Amino acid sequence: MEKTTIVLGVIGADVHAVGNKIIDFAFTNAGYNIINLGVMVSQEEFIEAALESDARAILVSSLYGHGEIDCRGLRAKCDEAGLRNVRIYVGGNLVIGKADPEMVISTFKNMGFDRVYPSSVPIETAIREISEDLGHSVITSN
Amino acid sequence: MKYILCADFGSTYSKLTAIDVSARKIIGTSKAYTTIETHILEGFNKALADLESQIGKIGFDKRLAASSAAGGLKMIAIGLVPSLTANAAKMAASSAGAKLIATYSYELSSAESEAIEAAKPDIILLSGGIDGGNKEVILHNAEVISRLSHDVPVIIAGNKSVAEQASRIIADGAGRKPAQLVENVMPRFGELNIMPAKTAIRDLFISRIISAKGLDDAQAIMAAEIIPTPLAVFEACELLSVRGSLTAVDVGGATTDVYSMTDGAPTRPNAIEKGLKEPFAKRSVEGDLGVRYSIPSLVSEATLEAIVQYCGIPEADVSSWLDTVSRDTSIVAERGSVGAAIDDELAASCVGISMSRHAGRLESVYTPMGEMLIQTGKDLGDVSLLIGTGGSIINSPNAEAILTRALASTADPYSLKPRAPRIVIDTSNILTAMGLLSRVDKDAALAIMSQQFGL
Repeated sequence: MEKTTIVLGVIGADVHAVGNKIIDFAFTNAGYNIINLGVMVSQEEFIEAALESDARAILVSSLYGHGEIDCRGLRAKCDEAGLRNVRIYVGGNLVIGKADPEMVISTFKNMGFDRVYPSSVPIETAIREISEDLGHSVITSN
Repeated sequence: MKYILCADFGSTYSKLTAIDVSARKIIGTSKAYTTIETHILEGFNKALADLESQIGKIGFDKRLAASSAAGGLKMIAIGLVPSLTANAAKMAASSAGAKLIATYSYELSSAESEAIEAAKPDIILLSGGIDGGNKEVILHNAEVISRLSHDVPVIIAGNKSVAEQASRIIADGAGRKPAQLVENVMPRFGELNIMPAKTAIRDLFISRIISAKGLDDAQAIMAAEIIPTPLAVFEACELLSVRGSLTAVDVGGATTDVYSMTDGAPTRPNAIEKGLKEPFAKRSVEGDLGVRYSIPSLVSEATLEAIVQYCGIPEADVSSWLDTVSRDTSIVAERGSVGAAIDDELAASCVGISMSRHAGRLESVYTPMGEMLIQTGKDLGDVSLLIGTGGSIINSPNAEAILTRALASTADPYSLKPRAPRIVIDTSNILTAMGLLSRVDKDAALAIMSQQFGL
């Protein structure tokens, strides 16, 4: 069976590379085919990678506080590019300072993200929920 | 093996180069007008007679040939996303020595299919989707190609999951076009794999195109298969790069080719590479830049104002010269004439624009960590040699000045053009012959080129 493909990357002018590697590792272990675009990824790069790879989802990270500006319009651009069925997820340190997590989640959901993961959410939760969305059965290591 | 004769069948001239392999020396060159309509060998025999009048009758041990006759190897490349598989297909076709007419992305429209029909390409390269990736677009485009009315061989180098299906659509379609399946030009995301497609293009050129171009008689007297002329130049440059990184510009009447032989890694400390990693050996071909057949597109790109300003000749004189040489493309300007000065500027424009397109670019991004530079494409900043070739460069007394237009300038600091390469001119026009010679004797070809360019 073909693996489920997810495009992964850190959006905007953000150069935080460590979390990106951890997400790549965790999702690959869960049986996904991960296309990791690394850091400083533009919205267009996410979309182009999803187009060529027939990805089911785009997983956006942002850690430097500018996530709201960087992520705006991604859903609309995906729809425009013919990726209406591709789910988009965002996670990380999404706004500067201490913000109410519920507020952050609703802001990004209003921008069209299917799920929003503030930094307090364990990666296992994200993998479980995203796998439910995509109908992907997670491979669990013993 | 002592004497080798290299022939280059162009669209207007047949050029011959006689080489003494053991002495590592070119012993004579000649050229004669080619008439592909009458007989390809007429020009060859005339040039040979001229050569023999210089150096006497020599029994050549081998005859080798390249050809760009009858419009060269006209190709169309098709992919999915412009910067990804379409770009990979374009690079495969360019590196095989093709004259790329157009590159298409996404699903072909009916207007695009008509444009392909009108362009009558010799080969179509169809890609799209990484392995396991998008399937719909390449299948759609295979359907469109299968309905083209003219007979054209198609190489399929796309998503492996559906490449076979795409190939059957084309082979079994109404036109029953020859379809050849090769490995994907981009099997994994961001990873180029252009060699299989390049090999398939060369094989098709040998098995079908040579004969279609009326070169059978020429082939019959050659020791090895005729290859496309740009492929010979490509291989000469690739061989010479063992002496150091280099780039070469070939300005012709219809197209301008740029070759770069360097890994293109960032030379600026805070640059991050983005996008497709381009190959060490890269060729780009600009079908809209040339000093005769492509004058309208060259002028629209360079602008008439800029051409007038650079050469300091009144606009009316420039316009009338451009009109004259567009109407009669065979006109050669007299040395020192106004026409020659304008032609120099046309060549310089071709050099500048084609190098800007070939070289990578930087984009400045301000981050919380300070200014970062994002690099796409190859950084040619540290390239040590810049070679100029092609009639309009090598026949000009201002060849070096023309080539300086290829260099990095403060006017566009984000273009990663060569900074301070040594500039050499291929005055004896040896690159094609050396590419051919390298196929039988690499050491001799390298020695002759090193000597010629003072390396």
